[in-house]
Amino acid sequence: MSAPAEILVPGKAGEGEALVLTAPISFWGGVDPKTGRIADVRHPQHGEVIAGKVLFLPGTIGSSSASAVLMELVHNGRAPAALVLHEPDAILLLGLISAREMGWETPMAVRLERDRFDGFRDSRTVVDTNGSIDLVPNTYDRPA
Amino acid sequence: MAMRIVAESARLLGAPRLIPIASTHIDGALYHGDSGTLFAERLVEGGAKVAVRSTLNVGALDLMGCSRIRLEEPRRGMARRMMEAYRKLGCEQSWTCAPYQAGHRPAQGSDVAWGESNAVVFCNSVLGARTNRYGDFLDIACAITGRAPDYGLHRPDNRRARLVFDVSGLSPSFLASEIAWPVLGSLYGREVGNAIGVVTGVAGHPGEDALKAFGAAAASSGAVGLFHIAGVTPEAPDAETILAAPEPEAVIRVTPEMVAKARGGLSTAAAPKAIDAVAIGSPHLSPAELDSLERLIAGRRLAVPIYACTGRHALALLEQDGGRKRLEGSGVVIVADTCVVVTPIMPDLGNGVLMTNSGKFAHYAPGNTGYAVLYASLADCVESAVLGRPVFTDIAA
Repeated sequence: MSAPAEILVPGKAGEGEALVLTAPISFWGGVDPKTGRIADVRHPQHGEVIAGKVLFLPGTIGSSSASAVLMELVHNGRAPAALVLHEPDAILLLGLISAREMGWETPMAVRLERDRFDGFRDSRTVVDTNGSIDLVPNTYDRPA
Repeated sequence: MAMRIVAESARLLGAPRLIPIASTHIDGALYHGDSGTLFAERLVEGGAKVAVRSTLNVGALDLMGCSRIRLEEPRRGMARRMMEAYRKLGCEQSWTCAPYQAGHRPAQGSDVAWGESNAVVFCNSVLGARTNRYGDFLDIACAITGRAPDYGLHRPDNRRARLVFDVSGLSPSFLASEIAWPVLGSLYGREVGNAIGVVTGVAGHPGEDALKAFGAAAASSGAVGLFHIAGVTPEAPDAETILAAPEPEAVIRVTPEMVAKARGGLSTAAAPKAIDAVAIGSPHLSPAELDSLERLIAGRRLAVPIYACTGRHALALLEQDGGRKRLEGSGVVIVADTCVVVTPIMPDLGNGVLMTNSGKFAHYAPGNTGYAVLYASLADCVESAVLGRPVFTDIAA
């Protein structure tokens, strides 16, 4: 599986396990800024940790402080390895824009059609600086 | 730096230009960690000042000294530095999530840049001013530049309704009850997401505090930035006027079953025998809501505390008439400048049960405080606080 995606906010290439959220999330109140754990008890992925993951977001809801939570995750080294959104999110992505202004290294945010999210579910995924999203081949399947 | 943030946001959103704005409401001064403090101080170091009227949303500390905030050093010091940095940038020390009840009411049709999801939705829907949902950092960047990206709800065409949310199938007695608006707001937010809808079937103006509760709940469960209520909100004298097309894209006919489910969904505690606290005031209580609280308590002593969150605008009035003393005498904990879900105030119980009449508290308390929640009317919240156990009056939809 490979998909070219549009770069929303440039950043550092990232690799990690894909975490495909099945419901929109409010970062503020929904994600612990210290750990990256999903704290919203009503969210289907409650208890999962977004830090280091390639995070596929079906949308964001709720508080306008999502940006502050994402910037804090970046500052604490607990940000996702990359963010994949189906549309630009004016609130959340400000966290990356502001963190870049502060001179901190930020993950990429790229845009991909929502119906393509499932192809990456739970697979090791890499998002390149050119915006492409690829599955990392399983090392056991690689030719010697 | 502020202009770069505004310009980069405009690029991201595909806005063709920037427009001047009349005011901002800034949600960025709440401490979530050191990064936000460092960001604000970077702006201060650069000599930045806000170019337009800018009110501040809640902070992480009760600067009025009403309640004890359990924020330990060094976080407490960083939170104070953050609040101080926003003051130095020239923001008004309003410290409330209900600035629209603290004298900040932009004119209908004016462009503004507001943060805080409930304030955004009130500003657009009830005041008819135009703002997008401004996230933390873009709000202060717009305040400093006096400009905002021209897109979304700043454009009249994007303010028209595509969906109808019809509540005419609900009983008039339910619609007249206090819980109707937060419960319907929660349902509305979940049903419409970020689309714009018009609510039909509402007989009369339910009052500003009801619209405040509806918007806050809708903006918690969905990404609602603007709603219309036919015959009530300023851009919707009737449904036809505000609909984008003669036929809506969808009509959501609200049934009593949908309401019962939405109401049930606001609670996470399963039939507890006792409650540990009541929290009200999200958004911050108005003077009228504080009056209702005092009337319902009627001088009785509470078995468990009621945390009543409000702004210094309402606190000043409450102190003038002796209401603060009377409420605190009953066991109410007044919380000013902040609230119980944004900073640690309530004791850390691990498995506490919190009762609330706020759809927004019901949404955020479990994740932010660790308390399970029970949703109820203000009257039931007060009776439960007096008895220390949950009491519910049946209100059928």
